[in-house]
Amino acid sequence: MNFTSPESLVFWTTLIFVVFFLLMRKFAWKPILGAVKGREDSINNALLAAENAKKDMLNLKSDNEKLLAEARAERDLMIKEAREIKEKMIADAKSEAQVQGAAMIESAKATIESEKNAAMAELKNQVSSLSLEIAETLLKGELSNKEAQTKLVEKMLGDAKLN
Amino acid sequence: MRIANRTIQFLFSLSFLILPLMASASGGHSESADKEFSATELINSHIGDSHEFHIADWNGHAISLPLPIILWTDNGLEIFSASEFHHDNTGHHVAKEKFVRYNEVIFYADKFETLKEEDKSAFNFAARPLDFSITKNVFSMLMSVIILLVLFITVARSYKKNSMAPKGLAGFLEPLVIFVRDDIAIPNIGEKKYGKYMPYLLTIFFFIWINNLIGLIPFFPFSSNLTGNIYFTFVMAFITFLITTLSANKAYWGHIFAPPVPKALYPIMWPVEIIGMFTKPFALMIRLFANITAGHIIILSLISLIYIFKTVAIAPVSGAFVLFMSVLEMLVAALQAYVFTLLSALFIGQAVEEHDHH
Repeated sequence: MNFTSPESLVFWTTLIFVVFFLLMRKFAWKPILGAVKGREDSINNALLAAENAKKDMLNLKSDNEKLLAEARAERDLMIKEAREIKEKMIADAKSEAQVQGAAMIESAKATIESEKNAAMAELKNQVSSLSLEIAETLLKGELSNKEAQTKLVEKMLGDAKLN
Repeated sequence: MRIANRTIQFLFSLSFLILPLMASASGGHSESADKEFSATELINSHIGDSHEFHIADWNGHAISLPLPIILWTDNGLEIFSASEFHHDNTGHHVAKEKFVRYNEVIFYADKFETLKEEDKSAFNFAARPLDFSITKNVFSMLMSVIILLVLFITVARSYKKNSMAPKGLAGFLEPLVIFVRDDIAIPNIGEKKYGKYMPYLLTIFFFIWINNLIGLIPFFPFSSNLTGNIYFTFVMAFITFLITTLSANKAYWGHIFAPPVPKALYPIMWPVEIIGMFTKPFALMIRLFANITAGHIIILSLISLIYIFKTVAIAPVSGAFVLFMSVLEMLVAALQAYVFTLLSALFIGQAVEEHDHH
């Protein structure tokens, strides 16, 4: 290798490199590294935001589930209450009906008794008037014959005993 | 995928087609002079620096882009075009009545006359003016700087319009930036302190990588061997050394001047530790220089085989090897940029580390 004058290349390399370095630092590396850093930060932020959104979504979901569970419990409670009310109403109605029915039966029984009594009294009256008529007729017939009269009386007494 | 495969196939076949051209472009000027072909001379001229940018040879005449020559002489500054030397590199043609060029080193013509052969070196500052010329490597470095500035400022601008996922150029370059941050800076320097060193690490990573790649492209205006030049790697390693030393904290200096050994051993430890401060950047300098230069030498040697055997029949063989090496060198280009950045980050990390692990 030809060793040409060292000062030329040493001088120019130093000068050119220093100027080149300063230019590159100001006009190339700073903007490029800044942009790369900025983009990395924005990507990291975006990822972080997505992560947070995911967490929020999870929270929201669990909130929703909680609400749903609450609603479900409330519904169950309402159904249970309704059922209880229904059963109570039915039971009340039943007992009311029983009471009323018993009262009606009672009054019907009383009416029937009184009707029966009245009918019996009527019947007795009828029977007595009929028997009086019969007795009158018979008496009219029998009183013409003494023996027949006695016989009749005895017979009648006997019948009366049978009754 | 299919389109990508086709593109790769096309590029491969294209590179096979241009290989012979590449060979003639590389070897042409030595051949045309009708003297014995010297692979050493060819390789030296290709991996070294130059005052003009050689493009091709045409009918025995070199076509090249003359670069500005800037000299700090005993009588002040002198600026002129490299074409004043008329392609002479042997010290015969006197340019501007004062200067001669010998092996790409410019001497005062009057002092050069009396110089012995071993004194005609670049380090003989008494016989030559200080040379601040825009050489081929400086030209190439300026070009790489412009490419990188345009690329990355475009990317930086695109972020102003697009706050969503990166697209296009930004989509290609951003993963590399993030790679430097997440796989080089943060693991070696630490989450807390890496931010301050990010611009430096990114700059050297892309600067070294693109210059490695430019060196692999075999035609004008590329093909310079900037990252395989030890002066260049010296400056880069020296800047890493400066940053490491200037940002070093108490723990780092404590480790050097009060290492956890019996006090009696300090006289031995101090030199060892202080030499250690310099060997780390020194290794950086040598590693990049040697890797890139070695790659160039191998490729140029393989091409030289055609001229050494003086037959076209060897061209497909050396072409295939050159293709293989070029692909390997593309890997090495990225790898060496990565290693340089990684080790810089590691050294900085050691210097700013809070507590001692011993």
